[in-house]
Amino acid sequence: MGIVEMAGITKRFPGVLANDQVNLELHKGEIHGLLGENGAGKTTLMNILFGLYQPDAGQILVRSQPVTIASPAAAIHRGIGMVHQHFRLVPPLTVTENIILGLEGRGLLDLKAAERRVQQVAEEYGVQIDPGATVQDLSVGQQQRVEILSSLYRGAEILILDEPTAVLTPQEANSLALSLKKMAEQGKAIVFISHKLEEVMRLTDRVTVLRAGRVVFEALTRDTDKARLAREMIGHDLVALRAEQRNQVLVLAGAKDAAPVEESPAQRATGGVMLETKAVHVNDDRGLPAVRGLSLVLRSGEILGIAGVDGNGQRELAEAIVRLRPLQAGQLVIAEEDASQWGTPDFLRRSTAYIPDDRQNDGLILSFDIARNATLKLFKHRPFSAFGFLNNRAINQFAVELMEDFDVRAPNPFVRARTLSGGNQQKLILARELSQTPRLVIASQPARGLDIGAAAYVHQRLMEERDRGAAILLISTDLDEIMLLSDRILVMYNGRSMGELDAHAANAQTLGLMMAGTPLGDTDGSGGVV
Amino acid sequence: MTTRGQVVLRRSIDWQALGRSTYQAALSVVLSLLIGALLLLVSGQNPVLAFRSLWDGAFGSVDRFTETLVQATPLLLIAISVSLSFRCQIWNIGAEGQVILGGIASIWVALTFSELPPAILLPLTFIGGALAGAVWSLIAGLLKAYAQANEVITTSMLNYIAVYLLAFLVHGPMMDPAGFNFPQSPLIARALELPRLVAGTRLSVSFLIALLMAGAALLYWRTTLGQRTEIVGASRRVARQIGLSVPATIALVSMLTGALAGIAGWGEMFGLHFRLIEEFARGMGSLGIVVALLGELHPLGMVVSAFLFGALVVGGNAMERNAGVPFALVDVIQGCVILLILARGYIFKFRRGAR
Amino acid sequence: MNVELITFPFIVGLLAAAVRLAVPILFAALGETFTERAGILNLGLEGIMLMGALAGFVGAYATGNLWLGVLLALLCGGAMGLLMGFMSVTAKVNQVVAGLGITILGSGLSTLLFRLFFGLRSTPPTITMFPAQPIPGLSRIPVLGEMVFSHNVLVYLALILVPVAWIVLYRTRFGLALRAVGERPDAVDTRGLSVDRLRYISLIIGGALAGLGGAVLPLANLGIFWTQITAGRGFIAVAVVVFARWDPVRALWGALLFGGAMALQLSLQTLKLPIPSELLLMLPYIITIIVLVGVSRRAEFPAAYAVPYSRVEK
Repeated sequence: MGIVEMAGITKRFPGVLANDQVNLELHKGEIHGLLGENGAGKTTLMNILFGLYQPDAGQILVRSQPVTIASPAAAIHRGIGMVHQHFRLVPPLTVTENIILGLEGRGLLDLKAAERRVQQVAEEYGVQIDPGATVQDLSVGQQQRVEILSSLYRGAEILILDEPTAVLTPQEANSLALSLKKMAEQGKAIVFISHKLEEVMRLTDRVTVLRAGRVVFEALTRDTDKARLAREMIGHDLVALRAEQRNQVLVLAGAKDAAPVEESPAQRATGGVMLETKAVHVNDDRGLPAVRGLSLVLRSGEILGIAGVDGNGQRELAEAIVRLRPLQAGQLVIAEEDASQWGTPDFLRRSTAYIPDDRQNDGLILSFDIARNATLKLFKHRPFSAFGFLNNRAINQFAVELMEDFDVRAPNPFVRARTLSGGNQQKLILARELSQTPRLVIASQPARGLDIGAAAYVHQRLMEERDRGAAILLISTDLDEIMLLSDRILVMYNGRSMGELDAHAANAQTLGLMMAGTPLGDTDGSGGVV
Repeated sequence: MTTRGQVVLRRSIDWQALGRSTYQAALSVVLSLLIGALLLLVSGQNPVLAFRSLWDGAFGSVDRFTETLVQATPLLLIAISVSLSFRCQIWNIGAEGQVILGGIASIWVALTFSELPPAILLPLTFIGGALAGAVWSLIAGLLKAYAQANEVITTSMLNYIAVYLLAFLVHGPMMDPAGFNFPQSPLIARALELPRLVAGTRLSVSFLIALLMAGAALLYWRTTLGQRTEIVGASRRVARQIGLSVPATIALVSMLTGALAGIAGWGEMFGLHFRLIEEFARGMGSLGIVVALLGELHPLGMVVSAFLFGALVVGGNAMERNAGVPFALVDVIQGCVILLILARGYIFKFRRGAR
Repeated sequence: MNVELITFPFIVGLLAAAVRLAVPILFAALGETFTERAGILNLGLEGIMLMGALAGFVGAYATGNLWLGVLLALLCGGAMGLLMGFMSVTAKVNQVVAGLGITILGSGLSTLLFRLFFGLRSTPPTITMFPAQPIPGLSRIPVLGEMVFSHNVLVYLALILVPVAWIVLYRTRFGLALRAVGERPDAVDTRGLSVDRLRYISLIIGGALAGLGGAVLPLANLGIFWTQITAGRGFIAVAVVVFARWDPVRALWGALLFGGAMALQLSLQTLKLPIPSELLLMLPYIITIIVLVGVSRRAEFPAAYAVPYSRVEK
């Protein structure tokens, strides 16, 4: 009998059955992997356990007592803690303030005493942290530690981690794994949500696979293997996919390593230099340097992957290239023209495309319908407008064609973008950006949060563009995606380039070192430091 | 879905949503009137008497009815101006000040260039009024665009400044020397007065101009400029990404907003008062906002709601005269309507499957 | 122009008047500081202050007890804060427009109720205000004595409230939670606190203090009530909060700035400068615009400012 038992959990949201009769048992001292592709219902299930949602049906037992977990407060009270994928920390406050936030107490705050206690708990679990530091000054890995500490400080016996390695370098992920093992040894029950079966195989004791809201498989990790898990995770869809997509899908799921690129870029006919940055410096929103003297060269017909942990200047670099952000120093050259002083309209006029990482806030206007989103960049030109008046007929027809070409599934082009699934939203953005056959494409996290089918589609289209001769700058924190798509890889750390290498010379370990700040020259190419 | 090459699609009007909207709007008004009635009851007044004199005041005769239209005229113009800003997420509440500036400028033009023939002078006054309103609004627009200054505060400050400016002018530099020290400007020339639509009433051509502007507003939203306005209103980030200049759009929309309010001021001067007086724009700002919100920021809806509030204003004045109930009841009704309209999604939940 | 009137005592008197005139705005700004720290923009302050002014006046007039007027103003303001809470937190509507609605409602309601209760009289009804109560000893200090220690009790209340507000905001669990909820309400939600409850409380506090600020006008400064007596102070208070970068102590300086502007405008009228009175009356509003422009560009608004919170579905 496990410390937590979830039986027959069903949860419905408008238009989707997120959890369908799910059973799950958690045991003390065990790391339980919850595996499934994006959208399978893993986070929803754990949100229910943590009291953020209420199940429509089913029962939860904690320590053999049936309970109703009405809110996070109730969950915390029962010893359940959750570390979310997007941290729930308050950046302007200190580590200690974040940790003691919401705790009961009498009288005025004694911050000094609280800091001492935080230090104690941190040492108890072997976590390195400065209790007085302001959260927004911490690195992503450190912030995650604060999140974990927050739960431990409250005496959590059951710890849920939602995609914790998504924001870490491979080495940081390893150190997290060690911490988790230590916590498990101390009797904690740990749930590890992931869509990467490689790490689930490595880190967990038991695994449950969810697909489309249902439990499709459950076993002790040592009794199963990657191939089996991949089959269960992806299901029948695997058979239905085209051969080339199947390969991608398996890599995305972590079931296979990325196949080496057949020909090196030197062999494939790549064209002239489409994009070049020469020692560019870019500041972030707070005016601090985010990109420090980065130089890169991108040619037509190739994909240059920019790898790195989130927050090392990638976003600022992308925004500087598309001219949403000014250069503090250095030079930007696009299609052999000096673009350093260009405004956004200049950039747009040169047959370019930008797929931003935040599709809901930057990529689309959710309150607009598909047709208007599709023509966001074009409505000022013929045939979509004439003498200042919009030509709705042309706009609508264009939208219909685009929906067909790019497999955007919706009843008609008048539905609001908000109603589309993540995958269809991303396809809509692709449609808008790629329909004008751009020469230069800046794509940031193009497959983040998408289910495997949609992710495979996105990757497919990008590779087709590359084959057609476009120059593609791919920015991603997902190493699998980088290695799958890129011809060359550049790693960013702290705003600088840690080095560039051909894709077939790259492996996760070396890249991981670079992502953590070791320049290429100091690595020995197989993940060790010289 | 259609097959390529066929032009089949046209967005159809969602009658159900329209019906729901209208129902909720009407319900908000009715509830607000009921709340007003309740207040009267509680304070010992007779609500039936009050509302009857309100109704008679607004619709009791042809003369009264035209008065309703007279009051509706500036409200419609202001509502259109407000709707432009609001749909761009610019919370410009400076209509009162812009109307005042419009009135001041148009009268100033009329008095200063009185030698010009009316055929030229009248359009000049129109332009002057629109321009002055546009500039007054642009101040707040530029401060928002380039200094991120909260436009609700700046425009409301500008309202107060405009009121004092008007007071200063009619007590001083623009006071009618032959006016027995009354705080008012000299009258404009007879020839400049806008023709009446109905003889013997105060209803003038300015009413038609207001309707014309409503029609122009309908067209506006089908232009690229209208699209720009909506994009900037919906998402600044996306707007920047597709190459739109957010500050330029804010400035432009601010000018159009102010121009329309300035025209309302011109209309009040050349269609109604024929001279500059104090307090001619009192309360128009908030009334315009209510009219805009009740009309769902849509030109046709605003025509209807402008009519409704025109009636409330005229009726309210009559109610104060005849039933002794303070006009402020209309202000209370305004506030209630705004709050009910805003919260309608929450309060008047339509049960149509899962919410 | 009577230049000879500009003497040292005149200037000290000016400063003392600045303090006295700052109090309505100070109360409202302190309240709004809590509200905005919690992530809500309450533009209904002007209407709430008007209702508070009426409530204070009516309470004092009807019972002859000024403190009952104060109590009524607090209750009235708190109730209107509650209404704003319903609009922003429960109905999750656009906060700017909701605030405007409340201002319009409060403005109309205060006028209506005043007219209904008192009718139109040739001589307006008056009350006896809070008297000046100089603090023995301290009020004899040159300059500061008159400036700070020779005022009515509501002034002292306001000045004491500043450090109290500071302590609550930075040294209590409630204050910590409040500061967090305005930045990352999801972080607060996940730690088991109720985002809605925190925001409602911040609005009730804000409303009550705004009501009190409005009541200061009839109860301590003017002795009578007239319609629109606050003349935009509610909006000025919001500007002060931005100027103060959401800190109670800096709000004091902001309020003093405006109190000074109003005192200056009044004293300039006494000096019979050749400037028309209407132009002088514009002074506080012009200053508000200038100050707001100066501080807004670099202002770091609470991250969740004016954004309604709902638990986001994945």
